[in-house]
Formats: sequence, structure tokens, C-alpha cells
Amino acid sequence: MAKEDEVKLIGVWRSPFVARAMIALNLKGVEYEYLPDDLFNKSELLLKFNPVYKLVPVLIHGDKPVCESRIIVEYIDEVWASSGRPSILPADPYDRAIARFWAAYVDDKLAPHCRVLVWSNDEKSIAEAKEQLLAAVLQLEEAFVKCSKGKSFFGGDTINFVDIALGSFPSWMKAFEIIMGINFLDKTKTPRLVEWAECFRSVVAAKEVLPEAEKLVEYRKFAMAARRVTVADAATK
Amino acid sequence: MAVPEKGVKLLDSWISPFGQRCRIALAEKEVEYEYNEEDLSKKSDLLLKSNPVHKKIPVIIHDGKSICESLIIVEYIDEVFPGKTNILPSDPYARSHARFWADFVDKKVYDSGSKLLKSKGKELEEANKELIGIFKTLETELGEKKYFGDDAFGLVDIAFAPFTSWFYTFEAFGGFSVEEECPKLAAWGKRIKERESVAKSLHEPSKVYDLFSEIRKKFVDA
Repeated sequence: MAKEDEVKLIGVWRSPFVARAMIALNLKGVEYEYLPDDLFNKSELLLKFNPVYKLVPVLIHGDKPVCESRIIVEYIDEVWASSGRPSILPADPYDRAIARFWAAYVDDKLAPHCRVLVWSNDEKSIAEAKEQLLAAVLQLEEAFVKCSKGKSFFGGDTINFVDIALGSFPSWMKAFEIIMGINFLDKTKTPRLVEWAECFRSVVAAKEVLPEAEKLVEYRKFAMAARRVTVADAATK
Repeated sequence: MAVPEKGVKLLDSWISPFGQRCRIALAEKEVEYEYNEEDLSKKSDLLLKSNPVHKKIPVIIHDGKSICESLIIVEYIDEVFPGKTNILPSDPYARSHARFWADFVDKKVYDSGSKLLKSKGKELEEANKELIGIFKTLETELGEKKYFGDDAFGLVDIAFAPFTSWFYTFEAFGGFSVEEECPKLAAWGKRIKERESVAKSLHEPSKVYDLFSEIRKKFVDA
């Protein structure tokens, strides 16, 4: 492969944001080199290619970096548009706007509370995060009913931008269920999302990417211990 | 079944920099639209129906369908209305670069600016430092370019343009000068006002200052 075509992805295994980039690359059949990073000791490469935020994921295409997971996914969709694989963003501008809206919703209303549940040991913050996360999931259940139109994914028969954005958050929610005993994805309250999560786990592009909840539970234990050692900013985006 | 109303409606609030982004984009594309000024203390049924999730402005309603979130709206406008100019470039890498910086403005400027407007004492000093840092980062990205989009006025320019009317207020409250700290950014701020779309969408800095002085008197200095 010519150097300018080489694709690299800097990431960490547990990040739902990195997962998005991986799923999108897999969906398009793009070969890439995965460069795992240590967010407690960030690599020169990460600092060079994402000087603004110093976060993962970072996609490096040739020598050009693309940062911020939703922006990376749109980039992948546009560059590898004619790969014969399905589009990630819908073709219709209105449908595209709706997909972008819900992907942004995941980032604004779901992800921050997951972050608190991973990193915080303050009871009040955790209680607030649980409440907000439950509310966000209920809202997404409603969104799923509208977007899926009776099919298996937000994108209908195939996964789209929203499916990828929500992607591996269910794995984290399963981890929280194990740790805290709260069912964030509940068969009675969010039946469609529960089904969706099952379907999504079997999607070829996502299968190998989604982390096991048990591994995430172990990671959280480590995060709690590490937090006691350092207050370094090791959040992923 | 009711036939959806044709045309473009913008639900907005005069002071909103997010609403102004939409106004600039619509003007760039020379799209005629109906402007609805929303009273955010008493939100209209139309707003609540069009943005039930966030209940916020801006919202555009195009042929009966509502689109929310200012940068999503701007991209929608770019895709649907051809116009004389493109808001986003056609090259995927350039597009990702524009989206990154527009998103940076979104993530950083409003929150940091609001902090400055609402705080005093040590907190104000910190907010001031933070905002100047953000402006300097943007200035580095701008560099020697005419616009953030290089020769073409684009997404990042539209994302940041409304905040130029707030410079005077930030300066007055924070005790700094954008011209001194970020001369290239200040020059860009003047340059974009030469575009009709920006000139007619932005407010006089004194208007912004008057509003926030009032708010500050009531809630911060009280």
C-alpha cells in the first residue's frame, strides 16, 4: 500500500469512541494498523496528531490526522464511499440531519454520565449520573422506534451513523449493571434497545470490537485505584 | 392528512449566537425564510413540538420537517440549498478539518465565555485566562488565512462569527483586548463583517454589552 494510503488508528480497547472508528473501518473493509495507547502515559504520536485535545481516537490517513470520533466516522464514510459497502450516513439530507442529531445526543446526554460512573467516587454525582443515564436511554428507545421503522437497527436493515455512535455503550451499561445492580437497558422499559443491542453484537463489523462487560468491570476497578494515585486527565473522547 | 407547510421557518432568539449561525448560512445561500422570535421564558407550542428533545432554539422547519442543533442545521442548509457558495469544501479531509474546528468553537467558546460573563474575582480571572487561551488556539488555526476556510468563507467562520459581537463584552468584563492578545483574530472579525450575510446577522457589540451588563447587575453583582 502506498504510504499516503496507509491507515492507522490510535486508540484504547475500552473506549466507545474508538470503537466507533473501528466499526466504521471494518464496515468499509479498510485495512488499518491499530496503535494502542496508554492514556496515563500518552505517546508522542498521540500528542503530535491530536495536540488540541490529546485524546483518542485519532485516525491517521497517510500523514493526515482526523480527530473526534463522529468526525472520523463521517470522514471514513466519505473517503470509502465507493467501496461497494453500505453508506453510514443516509443519502437524504433530512435523514442525515436526524442521524447526526441522535449521534450528537449520545455524546451530549449519555456519554458524560457513563464517564461519571466510571471515574467518580462521589455518591451525589453517581446518583445524578444514574438518573440522567436512565432518562437518556428512555429517550433513545423512543428514537429507535421512530428511526428503525420496525427494522433491526437505527439505520433500518443495516447499521448507520446512530448505531455506530451508540455502538459499545451497551457493553459499558452491562458493566454498570454488574457493578451497581442497575439495569440501564431493561427488557420492560427499553425492549427495543435490548433487542437492538443483541443484533448489534452480531454485526460482523462490530463483533470483534465490542468489549466484554466483565473486562470493563475489571477496568473500572483499576480506574478507581488509579484515580487514588493520580488525578491525571485520562478520559477518552 | 395535513399537507406540510412549504418554505423555511427559523425559530430563534435575537441574542443567540447559535441562531445567528443559521441566519448567516441562510443569507449565504440567499434563502428566503420566516423568522420567529421565541420568548425563551414562555416557549411556543411550535418550538416544543419541533424540538421536543431539547426544547431549544435554533430550529429550522423546512417544508414541515424540523431540524435542530445549529451546526447540523448549517450542514443541512449547505446540502439542500445550492446557492453561489459552498459552506463545506468538497474534499473529505478538508471537510473533517472544518468540522473539527467548528466543533472546537462549539465545545469551548460559549461555555468559557459564559463563565466569564457570570463570574467575579478569582473565578473571573481564571475564566479570562481560559477564554484568551481558546482565542489564541483559534488564532493559530487561522494563521495567515483570509478565512478559517482559507479563501472560502465556510463552516468554521460561520460557527465563530456570532461571537465577534461578544468580543467587546468579554473585553469589558475580563479586562483584556482581543486586538492585543489575538490581532489576527481581531482582523478576521473585521473582515467577515464585510460580507453581507454576516453584517446583517450580527448585532452591534454595544447591544450585547447592554444585555449582559443588565444580567450581571441583577445576578452577579447583587
